[in-house]
Amino acid sequence: MRLTHTGAVRRLVHKQIVFEIDGERPFLPLPHNQAFPMFEWGMNWCISTNLHKWVLIHSAVVEKNGRAVIMPAPPGSGKSTLCAALVARGWRLLSDEMALIDPSSGLLQPFPRPVSLKNQSIQIIRDFASPDVIGPVFADTHKGDIAHLKVPTASRERALECAQPGWIIFPRYKAGAATRLSSMSKAAAVMQLAGNSFNQDRLGDTAFRTLVRVAAQCGTHEFEYSMLDDALRCFDNLANGVFDP
Amino acid sequence: MNSRPLTREVIAAPECARALSLPEWEQLIVEARVSGLLAKLHHLLLTRGHAGAVPERVMVHLESARRIADEQHVALALELTQLRSILAAIDCPLVLLKGCAYVRCKLDAGGGRLFSDIDILVPREHMASVESALMLKGWVSAHRDAYDQRYYRQWMHEIPPMQHIRRATTLDIHHAITPLTSRIRADSGLMLASAQRIADGEPWFALDRHDMVLHSATHLFLESELDKGLRDLADLFSLLTEFCADDPQFLSRLVSRAQAVGLERPLFYALRYLERYFDYRPDVLALSALRDAGPAAWQLKVLDMAFGSVFHPYSRTASAAFKPLAAFILFVRGHWLRMPLHLLVWHLGRKALMKKPKKKDNDDQDQTDNMP
Repeated sequence: MRLTHTGAVRRLVHKQIVFEIDGERPFLPLPHNQAFPMFEWGMNWCISTNLHKWVLIHSAVVEKNGRAVIMPAPPGSGKSTLCAALVARGWRLLSDEMALIDPSSGLLQPFPRPVSLKNQSIQIIRDFASPDVIGPVFADTHKGDIAHLKVPTASRERALECAQPGWIIFPRYKAGAATRLSSMSKAAAVMQLAGNSFNQDRLGDTAFRTLVRVAAQCGTHEFEYSMLDDALRCFDNLANGVFDP
Repeated sequence: MNSRPLTREVIAAPECARALSLPEWEQLIVEARVSGLLAKLHHLLLTRGHAGAVPERVMVHLESARRIADEQHVALALELTQLRSILAAIDCPLVLLKGCAYVRCKLDAGGGRLFSDIDILVPREHMASVESALMLKGWVSAHRDAYDQRYYRQWMHEIPPMQHIRRATTLDIHHAITPLTSRIRADSGLMLASAQRIADGEPWFALDRHDMVLHSATHLFLESELDKGLRDLADLFSLLTEFCADDPQFLSRLVSRAQAVGLERPLFYALRYLERYFDYRPDVLALSALRDAGPAAWQLKVLDMAFGSVFHPYSRTASAAFKPLAAFILFVRGHWLRMPLHLLVWHLGRKALMKKPKKKDNDDQDQTDNMP
């Protein structure tokens, strides 16, 4: 896998970068200054197209006190912001992008990569955490402005340590909303997990059984929030067993 | 890291895998994945009893690739059920070709075989009714362009690929083995007449085993775009190995059949390159009959170089500098074989002048197979 420049002539006019894996170029080139985000996207792409040992779900995964929260959500729902805030306050980062669930053990395989923050989230997390854990900002990518939160050393050191899923929470940021964790049915959670999966069609029956099993042993909730401090208190309560519906 | 291609070696003799080091496994995975052979590798290592020798972290890649192939095989079975009910009223044999046939016939070549479309062969006189029955059930022609339509219908051995409007499955319907204008022309009628039902109670037919090999060779060696060349050569290796093991006379019968249907040349190439790249050593006597089936010595030299490049899998260390030239030579040659000179000039000239920006069909880049 490598990132390389496009042809020499082109380079004089407009410096571009291209992602190459085993001699093939699956994406269109991007402007030179977006090399790092492209590297990130490329790595994620390699996992989601090539590895089907796990059920892959587009989701953030964080863990505290031995139990992990799976947070699947479409872009724009505040998943990464919430994930970054949790990680900044001591939750272990398993992944900001993908939950890797092992069908045989039902455990989550960590895949700790820098948390990708978009647009306003960058400043929010800078204020919330500390500015020195946020990398440079890449302006005007196809996802807007992007910056990355550094993977905490503690999370990186435990990158090979699988985690037991404890909760499946579908977060939604809504300006001005009160923090609300509401219980949802297991069936609805399974359907939504499947909808966020990259490879459930490939794994067929195996994926279905795995998702059902995980949902059965997890608390399944929808979560609406606007204030990070409140949201974190709610998550900490879950992890500390203060309330566990 | 050494740059000796390992994929061919392990396919030809799966026990070689037992001696591989981790860096060699890594090279093998890269080569096989790019060549579309990773799932086949899984099949071979499993069925030949070498799964235990595969390191765990390598197995993850092999199993992942196999899942994709298995999923395709399930999808194939569903599509064939659908197609059969659409075509039930048409009274002619429906013959599966290539990968679909290997899978449906449960041949060794079908194990872990990936494919991008379904190929069927029907007698030419039934083409119109087959096509209209499909159109009524949601299959549409993938080429709307009038020139492309004419290119296929007047000159080719198949109609333009059809695609299901919802499932996007691609279906290639052939009515002959070789293009109507081809320099090397097979006796398609003879081959179609020998097609047999795949099993009792099974609605689908497959070519006779000899013809299956000949069709596979013809498809590979008359083709003009060979991005899956190594996979197709591996198909031929698996087919021949299995058929020869079942029938000691297979090879000599194969040679006679090639002579009868006019396909000695593709068989000549197949055996030449299988010997060269899969260490396949056929019976010398059988080969003597094909001695004069090859092209002129200078042509063979050029082809050896071009096919050598096609059958050399991607590797991180080996230079790929000759690949574009080899691809160009084979592209022009494929078209040269397919049509007489005046048509060729007209066709390639038009292609060069009317070049449209390439549209990507979903994620499936394989669908450019056979495009004019």
